[in-house]
Amino acid sequence: MIKKLLPAPWLALALLIVWLLLQNSITMGLVVLGSILSLAIAWYTSRAREEEVHLHKPFRAIQYFFLLLVDIVVANFKIAGLIIGYKRRLSPALVEFPLELTGQVPITILAGTISLTPGTISSEISRDRKYLLIHALNVDDTDAMIHDIKHRYERRLKEIFGC
Amino acid sequence: MAELPFWAECLITFFLILGGSFALIGSLGLARLPDFMTRLHAPTKNTTLGVGGVVLASITYFSASSGVLSMHELLIACFLFLTAPISAHLLAKAALHLELRTVSATQDLRSHPGPFSSAENPDVSTESADNESAPEVKSNNQS
Repeated sequence: MIKKLLPAPWLALALLIVWLLLQNSITMGLVVLGSILSLAIAWYTSRAREEEVHLHKPFRAIQYFFLLLVDIVVANFKIAGLIIGYKRRLSPALVEFPLELTGQVPITILAGTISLTPGTISSEISRDRKYLLIHALNVDDTDAMIHDIKHRYERRLKEIFGC
Repeated sequence: MAELPFWAECLITFFLILGGSFALIGSLGLARLPDFMTRLHAPTKNTTLGVGGVVLASITYFSASSGVLSMHELLIACFLFLTAPISAHLLAKAALHLELRTVSATQDLRSHPGPFSSAENPDVSTESADNESAPEVKSNNQS
């Protein structure tokens, strides 16, 4: 019963937070109206989502978000250094990254993470969803890079989504 | 205009300069890096911190001048984090599809050079066999 009325609780929560941020103030009336709207939208659009997302460890997700934030700042400084000191030769690479994750949402988040973190951009996914093609800006040891991504991000995403 | 305390002015200045310089470096990278795929790296990463710095400065300014915490600028950063990887992904996909030239130092470690996702598709296997000459085209040095 609850599952039918509330098919996507995390989506509803995210919508409510976006609504309150857009209003830029928190009053009782805004919270009530926002809750009604976000629940209605989550319920109405549930038919359009083909697979359900289970968040196994929500607190891990928050931890992951902050880890990502720190990494993005570090990535910015690294790329800035590369651009300014670009006299030495770059060694770009196109690497296939073997995916262990399954499911659309976890893979999308991993691909987004790869794009936002140091020197890598995810540029294509294979049709069977087993490989992600990554373009790296400056990499000497591609195996070490793959190991880094696996250890740092994919392992955590696997824990969060439990797949 | 409201009078701001000294620490707020310092903080705002710091964030504005940080954001501005990163946006500048991102644009510089777009102009300086050697080929399309490497150029893609500069704007996707450095603009995130560039916009982030300006957003933080805006939050500090409006919070300090009105006394109420003003957070709706955070949405800009959120939407940017969502859209930057997607646009980069689409541009990279288009570049791979068109087989744009890359610098000669690029290590191509793909098991099927050429259009990536069609390699597994049996229908176009003959077509990808015709593309055997593609790596030679790709190794042309642009600089």
